[in-house]
Amino acid sequence: MSTKQLYWEDVEVGTELPTLPKIADSLMLVKWAGASGDFNPHHYEDGFAKTQGTDGTIVHGLLKHAWLIQLVTGWMGDDGFMKKFFCQYRGMDLPRKMKTMNEPLEGETWQCKGKITNKYVDGEDHCVDLEIGVENGSGQVTTPGSATVILPSRG
Amino acid sequence: MASEELKVPEALLQYIGKVDPPTVKEVEKGSIRRYAEAVGDPNPLYSDEEHARKSRYGGIIAPPGFFGWPKSGMPAAEGLIGLMTGLIEAGYAGILDGGMAYECYLPVRAGDTLVASPMVKDVTAKAGKTNMMITRFETTYLNQNGDLVARSFHTLIGRQL
Repeated sequence: MSTKQLYWEDVEVGTELPTLPKIADSLMLVKWAGASGDFNPHHYEDGFAKTQGTDGTIVHGLLKHAWLIQLVTGWMGDDGFMKKFFCQYRGMDLPRKMKTMNEPLEGETWQCKGKITNKYVDGEDHCVDLEIGVENGSGQVTTPGSATVILPSRG
Repeated sequence: MASEELKVPEALLQYIGKVDPPTVKEVEKGSIRRYAEAVGDPNPLYSDEEHARKSRYGGIIAPPGFFGWPKSGMPAAEGLIGLMTGLIEAGYAGILDGGMAYECYLPVRAGDTLVASPMVKDVTAKAGKTNMMITRFETTYLNQNGDLVARSFHTLIGRQL
């Protein structure tokens, strides 16, 4: 499934990354808990979540961080290298509940978006800075961030 | 808001600059695959042996942000447990993750053994509708060759409930 490698010369300031849609549901949160080792019940038990001052279980900040990393690393390709990353959890996101064993109910879809804000050469590295973020179903960016990627150069 | 009026409790100040014992973490192929699957990330560098072998990495790597699982004990984020207990005891029991940043230097490879050394960088008070303590950690990750793989910068927030 490997696609054509992206080169530094192929992109410009303002170039947008292909949007990565994500649906956080209870199933994904439980899988994430198991795979990442974050077993805080705030993310899988509504009753406990309410004692923590939220309306119900909330999406792990680190899961949204992993979506953003997927956005960046998937886009930069095998020969790119992400040297810096940052994200902030500004708004809470509530996962969809399940309709069946593996299908979520209708509801919100999140969009991970990114755009090039700077393009430069740093020593031998051909770099781009990105503005990235996870947008909720209402179009609010609940998880803004940034990244710096080294891309291969044709030069 | 008069944030100068809210002070960091003495009990929390003691954590600043504290270095937790390092955690030894193993980066196993299976745990990389499960992590990528949980995220929904189909990148073949994380799961397809043949693809990864032909890539410039020569083998399976982990997605940035995944540093494997501790060799023993619970897989909590490094260094958090002591400070979290401190926050709860000081009345800031509504713990929320604030954010994460990385500086990455080398890829994390399947088969690596990493040593994660966390330190509490600072604790600051923020007054508001909900009073908060904002704590920042820095963790360095070295691999089995002693090379610096990455640094992480983690913000954890305790809210007064």
